[in-house]
Order: sequence, then C-alpha cells, then structure tokens
Amino acid sequence: MAIDQVHGARKVGRYALLTVMAIIVIFPIYMMVVGSLKPGNKVLVNPLLPTNFTTSTLREAWSSGHLGRALWNSTVVSAIITFAQVVTSILAAYAFAFLKFPGKSLVFVAFLATLLVPLEATLTVNRRTMQDLSWINSYKALTVPFLATAFGIFMIRQVFLQIPKEMHEAASMDGLGHLGFLWQVAVPLSRPTIGALTLFSFLSSWNQYLWPNLITTDAKYNTVQTGLKSLKQASIDKPNLVIAGTVIVAMPIFVVLIAFQRQLIRGLTAGAVKG
Amino acid sequence: MKRKWRDSGLAALMLGPSAVILVLFVIYPLIKAMWLGQQRCGVTSCTNSGLRQYVDAFRSNEFQDSLIVTAKYALITVPIGLVLGVGLAVLADKYMRGVGLFRTIFSSTVATSVAVASVMWFFLLNPSVGVLAEWIGGRAKTPGLLQSPGLALWAVSASSIWANLGFTFIVVTAGLQGVPKDLYESAFVDGAGGFRRFTNVTLPMISPTLLFASVVLTTRAFQSFGEIDLLTAGGPKGETTTLTYLAYGSGLPTSNDDGLRATVSVLLFFVLLILALVQFRGLEKRVHYGN
Repeated sequence: MAIDQVHGARKVGRYALLTVMAIIVIFPIYMMVVGSLKPGNKVLVNPLLPTNFTTSTLREAWSSGHLGRALWNSTVVSAIITFAQVVTSILAAYAFAFLKFPGKSLVFVAFLATLLVPLEATLTVNRRTMQDLSWINSYKALTVPFLATAFGIFMIRQVFLQIPKEMHEAASMDGLGHLGFLWQVAVPLSRPTIGALTLFSFLSSWNQYLWPNLITTDAKYNTVQTGLKSLKQASIDKPNLVIAGTVIVAMPIFVVLIAFQRQLIRGLTAGAVKG
Repeated sequence: MKRKWRDSGLAALMLGPSAVILVLFVIYPLIKAMWLGQQRCGVTSCTNSGLRQYVDAFRSNEFQDSLIVTAKYALITVPIGLVLGVGLAVLADKYMRGVGLFRTIFSSTVATSVAVASVMWFFLLNPSVGVLAEWIGGRAKTPGLLQSPGLALWAVSASSIWANLGFTFIVVTAGLQGVPKDLYESAFVDGAGGFRRFTNVTLPMISPTLLFASVVLTTRAFQSFGEIDLLTAGGPKGETTTLTYLAYGSGLPTSNDDGLRATVSVLLFFVLLILALVQFRGLEKRVHYGN
C-alpha cells in the first residue's frame, strides 16, 4: 500500500500533469465536436467555444454526405465479417485443439504463416479477382475476402487448449459428440476470448480504408470511411461540414467502445501478455 | 493407425471454410502477385521480365525515396508514441481518485479510425480555419504544415502518434498491471527511488509488452495509407509517399499498372518480413519473460 499511494505536493503535481496531458489528448476531439455545432460562416468566430450553437451543420453533413447510407453499409459489412470470422475461427480452432488428423501441425503452420502476409501485398490480385467475378461495387467484394482470419483461429485455439483433456474424455464417455462438446462446453468456457475476438473483428472491419477504396466506385457502396473521403472531396470549401460528418461517423464507435471496454482491452493485449 | 484417421472427415469440414478463404484471398494472391510483379506492361501488351522488374523497381528513385520516407515515418512515430504511451500509463497507474476518468481519456483515441483521425487533423491544421495552424503561425499559415517541405511528414506523424496513443496506452497499462507488487516493495525497501524503480523493475518487467507494441506500431507505420491519402496525398514533392501509398495511391507511376503495383507490394511484403524477423531476433534477447 505504502508506495502505491501518492501524497501531498507530489499528488498535486501528478494531478496537474495528468490534467494537462488529458487536455492535450482530448483537444482534437473537442475541437471537432465544437466545430460541428457552428454554422459554416462562423467557424472562425470563437473557435474554442460552442457559440452560435446550431445543429444545422450536422444535419447538412448527414444528408449531403449520405451518411445514413454509409453507416448502414458499414454496419451490415462489419456484422457479416464479424459473425463469419467468429464462426470460422471457432470451427477451425476446435479442429486444431481437439481433433486428431494426419499432418495437423503442418496445416497449423500453414494457417499461421498467413499472418505474415500483409493485407497490402494481396490487394492488387484480390481486386482483379473481384473484377473477374464482377463483384466491384457489391457487399460481396466488401466482405468475402475477410470471412476467415488466422488471428482469430490462433486466439481461440489458445483458450481451447487450456480446457483440461479430462473434460473432453469425460464428455465423450457420456456420449457427447464433438459438436455437442464444442457447443455445450468449449464455447461457453471461452466466452471472454470469443467476446474479445468479436469486438476486434468488428473494429477492424469497420475501420477498413484501403480495400473499400479499391473496390467501390459507386457512392451507394460507401462505408463510413470511404464516405468520409467522398465528403471531404466534395466539400473542400466547407471544412466544418466535413468535421460534422466526422463526428457523426465517430460517434457509434465511441459508444460501442465505452460499452465493451473490457473486451477491447483483452483483444488488444491478446498478443502482448503471455497467457 | 485407425484412431489417427478417425477425426479426419470432421476436421476437413471444420477447417474447410477458413482454408478456402485463406487460400483464395491470402496465399493465392501473394503467389500470383509475385508472378504479376514480373510483368512489364507497355501501352498494349505485357511481357514477362522475370526478376528484372523487381531489381529495377527496387533500384528506382521512387522506391528508394519511399523506403526512406517510410523508415523516417516509423523512426518518428514509433519512439515518440512509445514514450508517450508508457509515460501516460505510468502516470495513470497509481492508485488515486479519479484515475479512471484519465484512463478513459487516454484510451479514447483508439475509437478513431484512420479516416476519422486524419480528417480531424486535416481540419486542425487547415491553414484557413484550423486552430493549430492559427496558433503556430508562420509556415503553418502559408502554405500550411501539410504542404510545407520538411514539415509535412512531421505533421502527418503528429496525427498518427495521436491516433495510436490510445492503443499504446491500453496495452502498456495492461502490461503494468501484470507486474507483481512485491517487486516494487522490495525495491523500495532496498532504497530505490522512483526513477530507479522505473528503470530497474518496471521497464524490464513490461519489456514483452513494449516489444509487442513496438512491433504493432512499426507495422502500422510501414502499412500507412489512409493518413497519407487524406492528409497529403503523398506530397509535397513525394515527401510523404510511403511504400503502401506508392503501391496504391493515385497519380503515381504505379497507378493503373497492376504489374508495377504488384512489384511494389511484393517488395513491401519482403521489407515487412525482414523487419519482423529483425525485430524479434534483436529484441527477443533483451526481453525479460518472467518464469
């Protein structure tokens, strides 16, 4: 306890430093929110304070940026990718953790090796594949390449391996087959990690930027990220319209993250702390 | 022997979906890109130039320049980002009232996507309406930091350091919580001051976390695309054209030439691979893994 507590002047100093740093970190977000609440011709009047309060800029950004459509697209695309990644990861992880088949370690290494391939090295060919399939400007192009991830497989396999072998043996003696064990024992026991993977998959697909840029040309298929780019290009002379769009686009993720802080921390630290 | 094969059918079914996706969209594209990268395309047709196109591309000024830009970008953003992340995490690690609020604020930038963070900083640095540009003055007003030779990369770095701070803070905070308290207590009893406790206990104990964070941040720097696309489009005069932007940006020699794009992206793959190996080899030795 003694050294964990901070006392007196040092405490005041620490609070002061924390406050200064907090103001610096939050400043860009604050400016964005304030800017979005001002009318276009008043951005430079009291830029630090929400004077001339109006929601008209937000409303204009919503309609001229077609952000409703973009939010819907992002939600659908991220939901499909997240659901698929969680399911495919659980299934593959189960095979690696509990099933006996020849060449298992070789197959596992091959799966893991895909983690070394950066997305950027595959996109040119993947875009050609999308062109050949006539999938440019479609939900299929936005989702199909990401329906499985070696990262998720690896993450779930790690927790599956921690389930005692005896439980598996006992279950099979009780006549519980593999699918029954997976669904009734393995998945419930791994719920925290599955939660972390769910959030992690959702965030990474929501935040995708380069790929949607490469395979969508029609604004109908804009995700929030590419929608923001379109809005920025279309309203080059209305900076606070763009900033209002940013507020609208950023808001849902702030809410999601505040609600799922624990899963986020678990997901981000999955590779950092030995488990 | 029969036992060994017993589960094969089920295993194939369970691995199938993942295997199909990973083969079609990760392994095949990588191999195909290696072949495509050999294609030298003229106006009407392409010829296979073998490894020559890789060698030529690697030697080209554009590639060398963007390799240097990317390395600089990583050398600016990773150390500063790590120091800030560790500093904030240590500062907010003590048991004090209201520390939770500070933690939420420091973590908050993790909620911003590359596009959101970049547009925000574009606004802050905008020479005509940006507050930061107003306060800094000078070249931040004309022509603007993002347009100034010698400063643009630093301005992009500021945006990226800020955007990644939440990630670094969360990861380091989790690392700090794994440090056994009695280690601090015995260091305290031995008369070690705050700074000595930090260098002799904290840093070695969180070194695996720091390794992880620095690998992630370096990889992100080498894969940076969105911030470049939205803040500078590679300018001024190519000063912020990173490797990934060279491969996928618009208005560059690589644009609309899939052969050349593939060449650059395969080179990028090898650069990242070498980087990952070097980081793990070099740092693994110095990292303290407990137990």
